[in-house]
Amino acid sequence: MTRLDAKIPSGPLEAKWDRRRFSEKLVSPANKRRIKIIVVGTGLAGASAASTLGQLGYDVECFCFQDSPRRAHSIAAQGGINAAKNYQDDGDSVARLFYDTIKGGDFRSREANVYRLAQVSTQIIDQCVALGVPFAREYGGQLANRSFGGVQVSRTFYCRGQTGQQLLLGAYSALCWQIERGRVTMRPRTDMLDLIIDEGHARGIVVRDLVTGQITAHTAHAVVLATGGYSNVYYLSTNAIGSNVTATYRAWKQGAAFANPCFTQIHPTAIPPAETQQAKLTLMSESLRNDGRLWVPTALSDRRAPGAIPSSERDYFLERRYPGFGNLVPRDVASRAVKSICDEGRGVGPGGQGVYLDFSDVIEQQGADVVRERYGNLFDMYRRITGEDAYQTPMRIYPAPHYTMGGLWVDYNLMSTVPGLFVIGEANFADHGANRLGASSLMQGLADGYFILPYTIGHYLATTRLDLPVADHSVSRAAVERVTGRLNKLLQSSGGRTAASFHRELGRILWDHCGMARSDSGLNRALREIPSLREEFWRSVVVPGSGETFNQELEYACRVADFLEFGELLCHDALYRKESCGAHFREEHQTADGEPQRDDERFAHVAAWEYREDGPPILHKEPLTFEFVQPTTRSYQ
Amino acid sequence: MKFTLKVWRQRGPDDKGRFAVYEARDVSPDMSFLEMLDGVNQSLIPTDEEPVAFEHDCREGICGSCSLVINGVPHGPDRGITTCQLYMRQFSDGATITIEPWRARAFPIIKDLVVDRRALDRVMQAGGYISINTGGAVDGNVLLISKEQAENAMDAASCIGCGACIAACKNASAMLFVAAKVSHLAALPQGNPERARRVMAMMEAMDREGFGSCGNQYECEAVCPKNISVRFIATLQREYLRAGIVESGLRTEPDSADQESA
Repeated sequence: MTRLDAKIPSGPLEAKWDRRRFSEKLVSPANKRRIKIIVVGTGLAGASAASTLGQLGYDVECFCFQDSPRRAHSIAAQGGINAAKNYQDDGDSVARLFYDTIKGGDFRSREANVYRLAQVSTQIIDQCVALGVPFAREYGGQLANRSFGGVQVSRTFYCRGQTGQQLLLGAYSALCWQIERGRVTMRPRTDMLDLIIDEGHARGIVVRDLVTGQITAHTAHAVVLATGGYSNVYYLSTNAIGSNVTATYRAWKQGAAFANPCFTQIHPTAIPPAETQQAKLTLMSESLRNDGRLWVPTALSDRRAPGAIPSSERDYFLERRYPGFGNLVPRDVASRAVKSICDEGRGVGPGGQGVYLDFSDVIEQQGADVVRERYGNLFDMYRRITGEDAYQTPMRIYPAPHYTMGGLWVDYNLMSTVPGLFVIGEANFADHGANRLGASSLMQGLADGYFILPYTIGHYLATTRLDLPVADHSVSRAAVERVTGRLNKLLQSSGGRTAASFHRELGRILWDHCGMARSDSGLNRALREIPSLREEFWRSVVVPGSGETFNQELEYACRVADFLEFGELLCHDALYRKESCGAHFREEHQTADGEPQRDDERFAHVAAWEYREDGPPILHKEPLTFEFVQPTTRSYQ
Repeated sequence: MKFTLKVWRQRGPDDKGRFAVYEARDVSPDMSFLEMLDGVNQSLIPTDEEPVAFEHDCREGICGSCSLVINGVPHGPDRGITTCQLYMRQFSDGATITIEPWRARAFPIIKDLVVDRRALDRVMQAGGYISINTGGAVDGNVLLISKEQAENAMDAASCIGCGACIAACKNASAMLFVAAKVSHLAALPQGNPERARRVMAMMEAMDREGFGSCGNQYECEAVCPKNISVRFIATLQREYLRAGIVESGLRTEPDSADQESA
């Protein structure tokens, strides 16, 4: 039976994190060497956690499925990282970053967690500078900032359009140092396929070596999952092809509660899909909305080239609907506005699936060179994919699944409902509520990995038993058998359909019924369609080759099999949450002018789902209490 | 559009390998090169033939996973991009396209078009970092770094570690890769204390891994998806020379602010 105790320290908001750090028990330096910690995933959260834990003296074993830890998907984050430095002296503060994040998340996140995130944000920048991250600088040599959606201060630090890359390379370099010192053992090309639990505590993982196909159990005193989000459940998303839900989903099946899976972020500015065989969607950074203006023709069937439409016949719909924030409204608000414009039939480009993102005003005012310096790599990327030059003609953009706020439930110490299982970065649910603000995921990943987990995990380790189950212990053997049984089943299946065809079909169901707008009837339909698709998958999927070799199709089929189960959990949660909040928009719950209607009386809680083998998942509620901010109607007008 | 593909197939590191010929039909010019390959694989899987193994992940040119030699050129005919950013509109309808893996002694083939690039990680582990602990860093604005310096460091730091420079070089030299990392940290004051030790250790690791010597042919720069300039190789040579002087105990600069250990 799952019990949700968030373990939030008492006292004033500003003092909670200090209090917790002081009250935590420490592990003596002599004992640390004898304590083994497994870290799965090497994105910003995983790499920063593994390197910091290694530095503290623990025996760390780190896993990733990529060929090198440097390739984890954090690498692709473009725009920037937030921190309450107030270098611009424009009124920013820890309290303001806290408030913006709580409000941006539509009052569905924990006050204490978010405040701590804002507090440590400033340390992150200092740490990254010290590691040699080449942040953009002003002529005077100080760090530069840019603005991002949902806020009115300039607090985003950046490295051109490759901030995620540079931050990850910084964390990767710290990891390299610990590997060289023998503190971290790195295992690339290794896929986590199950969790080992002994007497109620997480004590290891089962992995498949992706080169040899060997299945092995690895045990440890604690397991840290930093395995990212599940946007690829939609098939087409801005995530890397390999991003998957398997690690967190397998942990769910072993007893870790999954919180708010229906909070999935659809990013407003991706390049619209061009053809049916497309494998992924490419994001155009939110920072483009600093200078680009979104519009569509005012008239319904205006088929003129964008340049031929005079400004009096253009509808700058975000500026019209949200004069306060204009083009810089948060992602969920912008995505819904784009969707409603396209639903009205005013979308542009093939199939009317798109709106213009236009830079002609800023090019006219400041010159093309300024735009090239700020966004050159994005304009190049756009040209390559579409064949169009955005310096001459507006970009066309359309929303795409991008990030998932939901994830495994964790307490204030980032520990899941399974003792000894910690979850950090996008894989947990804690900080972004129902919608994440731009440039906050990098902040959260590094906050968890560098500054929070290394403290909180110590308390668990200092208060737990130190004997380890060996690799051929019965619990390890049982976990290995679960994994091999499943892989064999996939390899023996003898139909004629590829795993990708099932994935695409699942993605279509979820995008139609559990995407930007959700309804009772649509979700119920999805809940009928997914189980039958899953049955069909196990009957007729074909996976060539054997399990004892490098077999990419087997890796992929394994992930699709988990998506086919997880999709159902996603819809269950979306159906349960009968309100519209943040990225979760229920058609039944909206105002007359189409704005979302939150229901604080019935839904101001975290919905954490517990796995049951026989029957639907069980719901546990963690009430969200707001002591320091008053939930208001979130307005960006 | 349709194409004839000559694809390198190799079951494992000990297999001899051979070219296999496949037809790619119904290709749209808006497809990426990798989506075209996906299509070929989708048609192979139901016939129970193993699909062509190739590496890819982010598919937006930043993770550095994709690694195909297309018609003899790493990352294909277009400049300044990775394989995943190549679109079929770059090819003429009906063309024959040859696809091979990165070939270098330090990159053993795992299967088909997938190679083992861990040698690059080991070079990084030898010294491609600033060894500071988490916590206790001073305020980011304490160090003033000129815009020019930051931009120069960023130019070098843009390297995605794909290894195209090595695949293009007839000596399979990793000089451009090592130059990018060394120049990035040498350009910043934070990198100064370990400047000499870093370049020495990374050069030594590079030799140990079996990468060849630089032949000054600039093929590396020509195929680099991030347009990393060979001028950084000049920086690397200078840093290496400088490190030798530091190790010998002579002063390198008149009034060096930071004490540097060799």
